[in-house]
Amino acid sequence: MSGSLDSYLVLSGLLFAIGSFGFLARRNAISMLMSIELMVNAVNLSVVAFGAFVPKLQTYAAVIALIVIAVAAAEATVGLALVIAIYRNRRTPLVDEYDAMSQ
Amino acid sequence: MPISDTIPFSGIRWDDVLFLVLAAILIGSALMVVTLRDIIRCGLALTSSFAALAGVYVLLGNPLVAATQVLVYIGAVSVLILFAIMLTQTKNAPTRLAFQTQAWAAAIAAVVIAVVIAATVTATTWPSGGQRLWTSTSDIATLLFGSYVLPFEAVSVLLTAAVVGGVFLAHREAGDREEDQL
Repeated sequence: MSGSLDSYLVLSGLLFAIGSFGFLARRNAISMLMSIELMVNAVNLSVVAFGAFVPKLQTYAAVIALIVIAVAAAEATVGLALVIAIYRNRRTPLVDEYDAMSQ
Repeated sequence: MPISDTIPFSGIRWDDVLFLVLAAILIGSALMVVTLRDIIRCGLALTSSFAALAGVYVLLGNPLVAATQVLVYIGAVSVLILFAIMLTQTKNAPTRLAFQTQAWAAAIAAVVIAVVIAATVTATTWPSGGQRLWTSTSDIATLLFGSYVLPFEAVSVLLTAAVVGGVFLAHREAGDREEDQL
C-alpha cells in the first residue's frame, strides 16, 4: 500500500476535496485561508509522490515542492494581512458580511 | 540491530502501518479544520495535519521537503494563522453559524471532486518505476542552485515583497478609528 503511487494520489485527492469544501462552505475568512493551505499541501503531496515514483522526475519534483512551499508562505502572509486590514474596517472576519458594494 | 521490514509474526509491512496512521491523522485533522466550530481548534488541527504531511514526505523518501514543511508550515505559517485568528477573534464568533447557507452544495461538490480524482487515479496506468526512490539532498541542491537558480532568486524577491506588503497592509494608519484599537 505504501509502495504504490495510487494510494498517495488518492490521499492527495481526498485532502484537496476537503480543502475545497472548507473554502466553499466556511464563513470565516481565516478558515477559508486555512482551506487554501490544505489544497496547496494536497497538490504538493501529489508532486512529491510523482517525484518519489518516477525516476526521471525525482529531483525536479523536490525543487518544485520547495518553490511551492515558499510561494505558499508568501501567499499566506499577504492573505492574512488582507484579512486583518479588512477586519480593522468592518469589525468582522465573516466574508458574507463584507457587503459594502450592495449598500 | 536493524529492524526488519515487516511486523514480526504478522507479515504486515511497517511502511504500510506508518502510511495508514499518517493518512488517518492527515485526513482526520483536515476534516477537523473544515468542520470544527471554534476557529482556534481549527488552527491547531491545521498544525497537526501539516505534521502528518511532513511524515508522509519522509515516507516518500524526501527528507529535505519534510524538513522544509516542518520549518515553514509548522514553524511559520501555523504561527501566522494563529496570530491572525487571535487578532480577528470576536467573543461571540464560535456560537454563531460557522458555515455558509449553501454548505450542502459545497459538500456535494467536494464529494464529486474526491470521487472523480480517486476514479481517475485508479483507472490510469502511471509510468512509475514501481518502488519508492530516496531523493538525495545533494542532487536537489545541485539542481536548485544550478539550472534553477533564477526561479530561486525570483522566489526570494517574492518573499521579500510579500513580507513588505504584509507589513504595509496590516499596519494601522494614523487616520484609523481610535475606538477600534486592536
